[in-house]
Amino acid sequence: MSGDQPMVRVRAVRKRFGALEVLKGIDLDVPAGEVVCVVGPSGSGKSTLLRCVNRLETIDSGRIWVNGELMGYAERGGRLHALRPAELSRQRRGIGMVFQRFHLFPHRTAIENVMEGPVTVLGTAAAQARRQAEELLERVGLADRAHHYPAQLSGGQQQRVAIARSLAMRPSLMLFDEPTSALDPELVQEVLAVMRDLAATGMTMMVVTHEMNFAREVGDQLVFMDDGVIVERGDPREVLSAPRHERLRTFLGQVG
Amino acid sequence: MTRERTAAVELPVEAVRPLRPGRWLGAAAAVLFLAWLAYTVIVNENLHWDVIVAHIADGRILGGLWVTIQLTVLSMAIGLGLGVLAAVMQLSDNPVLRGTSALYTWFFRGTPLLVQLIFWFNIGLVFPSFGIGVPFGGPKLIEWQANEVITPFTAALLGLAINEGAYMAEIVRAGIRSVDPGQREAAESLGMSHRQVLRRVVLPQAMRVIIPPTGNQFISMLKTTSMVSVIAGAELLTVAQRIYLGNFEVIAMLVVASVWYLVLTTIASVGQHFVEKRYERGHVRLSSRVRRNLRPLRKEPS
Repeated sequence: MSGDQPMVRVRAVRKRFGALEVLKGIDLDVPAGEVVCVVGPSGSGKSTLLRCVNRLETIDSGRIWVNGELMGYAERGGRLHALRPAELSRQRRGIGMVFQRFHLFPHRTAIENVMEGPVTVLGTAAAQARRQAEELLERVGLADRAHHYPAQLSGGQQQRVAIARSLAMRPSLMLFDEPTSALDPELVQEVLAVMRDLAATGMTMMVVTHEMNFAREVGDQLVFMDDGVIVERGDPREVLSAPRHERLRTFLGQVG
Repeated sequence: MTRERTAAVELPVEAVRPLRPGRWLGAAAAVLFLAWLAYTVIVNENLHWDVIVAHIADGRILGGLWVTIQLTVLSMAIGLGLGVLAAVMQLSDNPVLRGTSALYTWFFRGTPLLVQLIFWFNIGLVFPSFGIGVPFGGPKLIEWQANEVITPFTAALLGLAINEGAYMAEIVRAGIRSVDPGQREAAESLGMSHRQVLRRVVLPQAMRVIIPPTGNQFISMLKTTSMVSVIAGAELLTVAQRIYLGNFEVIAMLVVASVWYLVLTTIASVGQHFVEKRYERGHVRLSSRVRRNLRPLRKEPS
């Protein structure tokens, strides 16, 4: 990949659910190694945008490239051809996704959750996957919880396992869909700390969040969405201290 | 400001239990009734206990028992396979597959099993021969004669398995639908294919919902196999009937058969309990949730 090419390039993306248009023409670049925080009121389309990037949602128009690859389609002879499921799965491997409600596999222990991707998708030998999973659990501070089932872990611990599970696929991009919104307040910081560490390693991250302090301290770019469009964007410290749009001022007043 | 008392005082609860005369009366009545029932059955000379004892391990009965077990296990296994297939078809995006699956469950749940069994046994009247080859009247590679292939056993197996598949389809479908859609999304985000998502993530979780009713179906099937006696399926009831047609010990032979049905269903119930426990993995009940974070479920594999 060439160095000046953004990790994520979103162009003119539109998406509707029935009569409701949730994305009304989104353009966005996420340079490699940067952390982009997407904020906005609920229903603004920020989660949908994230889900379009790894194609959990199909877009109605526009183009999304990840790592230089057009997501979901192959362009041949001036026409778009929808990718077959196997090719789409291959594209998704390089993109980690962390969900608001964790979605750990409840029938597998923490370490089995982290091993699942490498063993099933990449065909990694179990012993090697186990070693790698142990390292990742160590990294998120849960080495001593490796053999617990998700139901035996707190929300914050579950989310850290979920992050380790995504990292096990060695992604070049990590998507976080409100990763701390389902957590009890005292558990939020342990998850944000793991995400801070991850950002420090140079991981490219798109983070949908309501944590303005995290956006201010860790984010390279802040994107404020409202009603399906990007209203304001820029350096988080500047945008948050001197919002130019009334809608952002109102939003910031509401989230405190 | 008031100060908390620091010395902990023991206040044991040693309360006197209230008298509950209704409970004792009810228990006494139930014991009395059971004793009376046992007495009338044991002293009844028309039951011919000696005949029952003499036939309980009769070679013919044991042969019929073995056929019953075979029919149950095979038709449940095939039925489960058909059920998973029909359920996956039912949940697919393809309307033709959905329709085919719906047609299958509609037909086989909508007609009596007894009719289906007699139909399969007499299928030779409709299709005297069948084979593998070019469909719609083309040449055949292999061909069988229906009256050679369709024995009472194969007809019974066809009838029971295909009928069971229609019921299992609904059970499996409910199980698959019970799995949180987020599980599928998480698995897809890891780059799993549709088949991997189904095999590694959805079906293992659906099992928890599928197993209890499947256990009931299995227990039910142990007894449903007795319907096969209408086409002389050589299972337990057929054999018992053959014997009482010779010695006229109708009730005694029915008791012999019932004893064996009870033995089979009891074993199956115990098995069901253990299988259910296995698929409870990771689903911690509320009481043990309190203990979460305190102990790992198993030791580090060495």
